[in-house]
Amino acid sequence: MTDIIGLVLIAAGLAFDVLGCLGLVRLPDVYNRLQASTKCVTLGTCSILIGTIFITGLNSTGFKALLAVFFLVLTSPVSAHVISRGAHKAGIRLWKGSECDALSEDKKEAAQ
Amino acid sequence: MKTLRWILGTVVFLGILALILLYTARGPFLPQEVKYAGFFARALYIIILSSLMVLFRVLRGPTPADRIVAVDIFGILVVGLCAILAVATDRSWYLDIGIAWGLQSFIGTLALAKFMEGRTFDD
Repeated sequence: MTDIIGLVLIAAGLAFDVLGCLGLVRLPDVYNRLQASTKCVTLGTCSILIGTIFITGLNSTGFKALLAVFFLVLTSPVSAHVISRGAHKAGIRLWKGSECDALSEDKKEAAQ
Repeated sequence: MKTLRWILGTVVFLGILALILLYTARGPFLPQEVKYAGFFARALYIIILSSLMVLFRVLRGPTPADRIVAVDIFGILVVGLCAILAVATDRSWYLDIGIAWGLQSFIGTLALAKFMEGRTFDD
């Protein structure tokens, strides 16, 4: 039974990985691509690792997978935040169909 | 013209995905006596397909930030590949490679983003 739960979790993680990489290829902008590909981390690879825990049980492989989930959840939002902030500071423009840009409005208000 | 390109890309992507799901029941990676060998062989091929799509974005990103995002996601995909290899071949040291690769990829992404921001590495 736990084997079936683990295989279902691994299949869902693979589907999220493929869809996140498709978004990375297809979307028009740096910020949109970042927003699509961050789903590939928390829902894709973490789901694969939790499925690994379900299949093997809590032996050495399971504990290493749990440690990998902990590190991924801890580090991936930080790297996404740093990339988007650096891209905005480096002057990379938004897509022409974007609605609003709150950070540049805040910077204008602070400069006045 | 734009609609034609969209339809062509969709057909090629779904065709490659169907080819993987139908015809790669036993890859060259796994030995014969592995449990659920067909599922794990297809999973390895699907992760290879998505990392090829990421490498397309690395080669043809218009701005440097695109390439940095793509390299970050490539590291995450390698962690998933190591997890599937570990559970398929029942050797737990593949996950050591996965943890080390994830942490190194995080530090490399931080350094590249700071470098893109226009500051030096010192401050």
